[in-house]
Amino acid sequence: MAEQAAEPLSFQGLILTLHDYWSRQGCVILQPYDMRVGAGTFHPATTLRSLGPDPWNCAYVQPSRRPTDGRYGENPNRLQHYYQYQVIMKPSPPDLQALYLGSLAAIGIDPLLHDIRFVEDDWESPTLGAWGLGWEVWCDGMEVTQFTYFQQMGGFDCKPVAGELTYGLERLAMYIQGVDSVYDLRFNNAVGDRPAVSYGDVFLANEQQMSKWNFEVADTDSLLRGFEAAEAECQRSIAAGVPLAAYDQAIEASHLFNLLQARGVISVQERANYIGRVRDLAKGSCAAWMQVNGWAE
Amino acid sequence: MSADFLLELRCEEIPARMQAKASDDLARLFTEQLAQAGLKAERITSYVTPRRLALIAHGLPLQTQAVSEEFKGPRTSAPEQALEGFLRKTGLTKDQLEDRDGVWFAVVEKPGRATTDVLAQAIPAIIRAFPWPKSMRWGAASETTESLRWVRPLQGIVALLGEELVGIEVEGVTSGYATVGHRFHHPGIITIGSAADYVEKLRAAHVIVDQEERKAIIESRAKALAADAGYELIEDAGLVAENAGLTEWPVPLLGHFDPAFLEVPPEVIQLTLRINQKYFVLRSTDGKLAPAFICTANIEAKDGGAAIVAGNGKVLAARLSDARFFWEQDKKTKLADHAKKLSRITFHEKLGTVADKVERVAKLARWLVEGGVIEWQNITEAEKAGRLVKADLVTEMVGEFPELQGLMGGYYARAEGLPDAVADAIRDHYKPVGQGDDVPTAPVTVAVSLADKLDTLLEFFSIDEIPTGSKDPFALRRAAIGVLSLLIKNNIRLPLLKIFDPAYVIRVSAQSKNFSNDDFKPLEIYDGDEVVFDDDASHYNVYKNGKLIARLAVEKTNAVRRAEEILRGRNHKPYKLLDFFADRLKVQQKEAGVRHDLIDAVFALGGEDDLVRLLARVRALQAFVETPDGANLLAGYKRAANILKKEGYDAPTSRHPGLEPGSRSFTDEGSGMPDQVRHDGAEAAYLSEPAESTLSVALDAAEPRAAAAIEAEDFEGAMSALATLRVPIDSFFESVIVNDPDPAKRAARLALLQRVRVAVHKVADFSRIGG
Repeated sequence: MAEQAAEPLSFQGLILTLHDYWSRQGCVILQPYDMRVGAGTFHPATTLRSLGPDPWNCAYVQPSRRPTDGRYGENPNRLQHYYQYQVIMKPSPPDLQALYLGSLAAIGIDPLLHDIRFVEDDWESPTLGAWGLGWEVWCDGMEVTQFTYFQQMGGFDCKPVAGELTYGLERLAMYIQGVDSVYDLRFNNAVGDRPAVSYGDVFLANEQQMSKWNFEVADTDSLLRGFEAAEAECQRSIAAGVPLAAYDQAIEASHLFNLLQARGVISVQERANYIGRVRDLAKGSCAAWMQVNGWAE
Repeated sequence: MSADFLLELRCEEIPARMQAKASDDLARLFTEQLAQAGLKAERITSYVTPRRLALIAHGLPLQTQAVSEEFKGPRTSAPEQALEGFLRKTGLTKDQLEDRDGVWFAVVEKPGRATTDVLAQAIPAIIRAFPWPKSMRWGAASETTESLRWVRPLQGIVALLGEELVGIEVEGVTSGYATVGHRFHHPGIITIGSAADYVEKLRAAHVIVDQEERKAIIESRAKALAADAGYELIEDAGLVAENAGLTEWPVPLLGHFDPAFLEVPPEVIQLTLRINQKYFVLRSTDGKLAPAFICTANIEAKDGGAAIVAGNGKVLAARLSDARFFWEQDKKTKLADHAKKLSRITFHEKLGTVADKVERVAKLARWLVEGGVIEWQNITEAEKAGRLVKADLVTEMVGEFPELQGLMGGYYARAEGLPDAVADAIRDHYKPVGQGDDVPTAPVTVAVSLADKLDTLLEFFSIDEIPTGSKDPFALRRAAIGVLSLLIKNNIRLPLLKIFDPAYVIRVSAQSKNFSNDDFKPLEIYDGDEVVFDDDASHYNVYKNGKLIARLAVEKTNAVRRAEEILRGRNHKPYKLLDFFADRLKVQQKEAGVRHDLIDAVFALGGEDDLVRLLARVRALQAFVETPDGANLLAGYKRAANILKKEGYDAPTSRHPGLEPGSRSFTDEGSGMPDQVRHDGAEAAYLSEPAESTLSVALDAAEPRAAAAIEAEDFEGAMSALATLRVPIDSFFESVIVNDPDPAKRAARLALLQRVRVAVHKVADFSRIGG
């Protein structure tokens, strides 16, 4: 263990603890996917690997970008860039709830001191053509994790079903450390004369500048061209039988669409149309992935 | 011999909203399955918690009844093949049959079955067929889509008849004596002996299986906590049930929030607490909201709940500061400026934006006041309110809490100093939402509410989005009921066809800035009229049957083009819409005890599009047909109508003859009758009998009286005019034979009956009246 559980974990301590915990449950610990995505679910280790019959257990941190959530670093709870901790287990093990609760214990949450609850929350991603049933997990009234049994991905039935856990790391860390602003989070602990660094030290400037870029600066024409280009490249790659490459372009198109929305250039009517286009790319990539693996029916 | 049967189906957390129905479904399916085997329990108790569905069937017989069934076979003299077939069917041999008077009989004894066997078959069937609103697959078994579906993964089954285990296996889940207690207080396995110790063993393991007991604990504890803090609990049965569905061991806890948040409208705070956090809301002694909340934990916390209250308080503070931010942010922009953003919201794919709708609503609301339909001294207020009613849809607060639409608009309107009449209209214009909701009476509110609903109905009917069966995605039935309630409650005289006239759609759709009351004059275009449109540089022209009937200074926008389509459409939609209202009216009035056949009887006359007048007429009619005069007149009418029908006289045709009720309704009726036998010409041809003359005289007197009374909307008067016909009609039928061999007499008598029918139809189409 990297740190003592007696004092609240630092932000990186939280990640290290979860890595350690899920590693011990037999998960492959992956590194973040190197593309801009809106959520950990977009990582091909979740989207594509949740398809098909092969067992797959993994965990990773995924930096996630939601341009419209940017608040120029002025809101203590909202960020356009944040971290999700993602666990995917296929087939879903019979004791997945118990494993999850074990992870909460590992990061120092005592379920006889704090009120842990599984509250109905079904998940649906229109852009991924995916849905599942599950809960949001509450800790003292705060949602700390999304817990989902995937039923479909890319329009295909999940056979078998994968269990997905998505922890909101900043929120969980704020809770554990008892701070009111995300920027006050202790990122690490001081060691000797090397000082502790706060989340604000690391990310405040990023939030300020990226919010400005997302909302004001980003060139919409080149974003639009980028969207078209990614769409075309995705379709070409599907045709060429390289679904992993195609899926990268689907992710790219999805993020560019999010940026276009943040720039306010997509009308309500167009929005549904764009979502449909991204979904076609994601579904097409998934279909091609099923095809090359010989899982298509 | 009987025993109690315990069934527990344990799974991961069942959504709170599904638990009550699931519990009922389990009891129902169980009862049905057992009934099929001829078994019945003395009574069934069912329990549900987030993690288990349970049922105890008390006094279940251990065996089903043995039955002896007797089958009649072929005659003993019948061919061998017939006997063989019978033996195959019954599974017996020839020496087991009985010969009764030359006919083979088979007696098959079916022994009673052990109830455990019945249960072992029934329970898996119940599980497989369970009607969850949403269900899922899970785990290794889900490699096929045929695997078991349950609301969340099914984890265990306890099935005990008396103390005996009923062996059940469903997709790898096998029954046993073991279950689990509270997830955190009692993590281990507990063993159940029988139905008798189930509830108490679980209670010892921190699980209260009875949902009613959990509800009672939450309610009484929350009340006590509130009282201890000097507040009063705002009762909320739905929230009690929801919290009971989220806990196995409910522990209500009271916390506080910063009173500064109370500057936000109370509805916002209540929603934040209730919907987002499932907290109870409290009231101070002054009746206002208290700066406190009650959450319901699922544990007896080690520290007495201090950490839980602190954590929940923090989450709530973050949510309330979001709400306060929205409130302050929204107030910085005037509603009129918010409203501009409505052009970005699609109302319906084919019907333009919400801004387009708002424009129409504003104009129609203004016209309702200006045209005197609704009395209010300030003509512009309705229009102004109309333009602002939907503005709150683009505010941050309504984005967060859609259920606050209207209400927030009212708050923002008041905050920017708009007149109370306007603010109230914005706040209440969605009302009434369904039957039983408050019906607005403030004139500006009524104008805007009516305009909004009428516009919705007109627009969706114009694109043929008409509710069918259970499909009513745009809640048009509710809108129509809302219109009816507003008209009736406020006694508003609104000829609906005038509003439904397509010309109205054209003019309002045209978005012309300057419009006048004349813009709403109907064009009176009906089925069969040939309509031509053209537009020159400055005007839009409408020709009916080759004649220019309107020259409008409007541009030919898309909306106008759509209105053209409506006019060109083969089905004349205003009438469809009027029929739709008639149906809604019948439903709505049913509760008030108004007979739907009488509504039909008045609607069938056509021309009546003023629902207040229509209802007055229906009420008078209902009072009349319930008197002896009315009942006898109805009988006489029916007799006359039957004779006429037999003789090939068509019933008066009366189908939406025009916009002006009364003007065209009666003059042409009876057109099915040959001209030469109309009453004036025919009477002289022979000497009529006294009863004929009496009836004729009575008709001469009653017809104008009824017509005048209807004109004056004195429907009781019209009914009493009809009542004078009762005695003459009765005596006519007593003393006169219609089917006389003399063709002239016959024709004259038929003509007289036709006059009776026409006279009665001036008041209502009696052929539609039942009984």
